[in-house]
Amino acid sequence: MGMRKVAVIGAGMTKFVRRAQETPKELSWEAARMALESCELTMDDIQAVCMGTAPDAFDGVHMKGEYLSDGAGAWRKPYLRAFVGGGTGVFTPIQGWYHVASGLFDVVLLVCEEKMSSFYPHAQAAFVTIFDHTTERPLKPNLLWIFAIEMNRYMTAYGINKKDIARVAVQHKQNAANHPCAMLGEADITVDDVLNSEVLAWPVQRLDVSPVSDGAVAIILAAEHVARRLTSKPVWIEGVGWNLDTAYWTNRDLAYPRYVEYAARQAYEMAGIQEPRKEIHIAEPYDPFDYKVLHHLEGLGLAERGKAVDLYLNGTAAPDGDMPVCPSGGLLGVGNPIAAAGLMKIAELFWQLRGEAGARQVPGSPKKGIAQAWGDLMQVGTVVIMGR
Amino acid sequence: MTARIKNFPGVSLSEKDFEEGKILFVHDELKADYAWDTGIGIGAYLAGLKRGVILGVRCGHCRKIVVPPRTVCEWCFHPMDEYVPVKDTGMVNTFSLCYVTWDVKRITEPEIPAVIALDGASALSETSVIMGGIMHKLGEVEPKQVKIGTRVQAVWKPESEREGAITDILYFKPI
Ligand SMILES: [Zn+2]
Repeated sequence: MGMRKVAVIGAGMTKFVRRAQETPKELSWEAARMALESCELTMDDIQAVCMGTAPDAFDGVHMKGEYLSDGAGAWRKPYLRAFVGGGTGVFTPIQGWYHVASGLFDVVLLVCEEKMSSFYPHAQAAFVTIFDHTTERPLKPNLLWIFAIEMNRYMTAYGINKKDIARVAVQHKQNAANHPCAMLGEADITVDDVLNSEVLAWPVQRLDVSPVSDGAVAIILAAEHVARRLTSKPVWIEGVGWNLDTAYWTNRDLAYPRYVEYAARQAYEMAGIQEPRKEIHIAEPYDPFDYKVLHHLEGLGLAERGKAVDLYLNGTAAPDGDMPVCPSGGLLGVGNPIAAAGLMKIAELFWQLRGEAGARQVPGSPKKGIAQAWGDLMQVGTVVIMGR
Repeated sequence: MTARIKNFPGVSLSEKDFEEGKILFVHDELKADYAWDTGIGIGAYLAGLKRGVILGVRCGHCRKIVVPPRTVCEWCFHPMDEYVPVKDTGMVNTFSLCYVTWDVKRITEPEIPAVIALDGASALSETSVIMGGIMHKLGEVEPKQVKIGTRVQAVWKPESEREGAITDILYFKPI
């Protein structure tokens, strides 16, 4: 395609917490500083900054990109905030990728930040404005509706039961017990804990859902000639894809995420991957809800439709399985500061592929991983494939 | 990297820290009033609801009939301007029993939001698109009795009380 190779060379992140004392700017700075230190660069080496952060409504601040700019190190630099809802955290590295792949810049800093706790008393209510103001909002919709509605459609279409889906939440929260930044890591959690948790919007129960969280993650991308000079272990961005389905969400078949499939196909083609199930060693699909992981694994072509749950039942998705899924602990375990949660998946693949994931390190020297996020009104898919 | 770092940044606070005044914070309420134009497609939809009719719109090019009406066909990008009534009956495509309000208050009688595939709109296409799917609520039904596939019909407000809004349909009930 005439594009330059782009590597991830550094990463940093804050703890994910229910409520951080730090402001959004301060969280951004903490993550950015860590990412720079991790590859021994300073702000002078950074030529452009990509910021990812979700709705302004969480902060009650207009133009959040500009608001966060000092913490993100954007002063006197080309700077742009990307926003595709929950898909933002995996879109921001795509944006950074084309900044570098195109030849415009050699070194780019990506920062994704979210502080959901400022919205009082609960960030949930900030989501009401994602529904159509004329045809939907008069019904007083709750964000949980669309997920519960989608989960029910998915379960019913394929005959999957809640007990099996709960295995996803259990696995991710157990994985997160080994993540030093995790909010909800629980080594001893059981399927019964999930099934006995409060029913919020049947079939969605408390432990099927990721928490609202505060946190930030930063990544540094470099062109090949710079990456090879700075590190002996660059992790390449080998494929990217993003795609949008109809915004008339009730006009879609909610059993299958076609937008993920289209985004994944774009990324696989670019990465030269023909058999994803054999070639992808680690998957970090977006997991704000447990069923959503299964949905996304199917959209990514990593499982047959309606069969992704088998990966959890037969151990394939476990950290020591053939294709670990969310070894980080995911949004269900580490936490879900929206844009930051997506970029956390990129950081996890970076650490895993370099063999630096500590207690979470999956065995077998994985070579290729895929990260995916999803957002807007449930219709955007963003996919990044990384390899070494 | 994560293996080498001992202390990650980020100070975790609890609700208690607020209540006990251990940290400083600023509270504010934003005021935001809007008057949204309904536009052409949704304007026709709302005018139809006031008359007790659910309108879809037909694409003259690819012939899909979709609800709610819009002025451009997403599939072929041709204009859509032929408004056609669909039925006020349909099938529950999916639903939830929701015990939390939009602003996170707990309720004991669940709300039953659903996607209803209306009769008379284009059926499931090869791309699995439900052209007639709209979001509404179900009523006059035992929550535990609702199933995907249940046949339902709109329950309308009395004509004199309709105002050209999605709430002119009170809910859908099983038939
Ligand atoms: Zn058309």
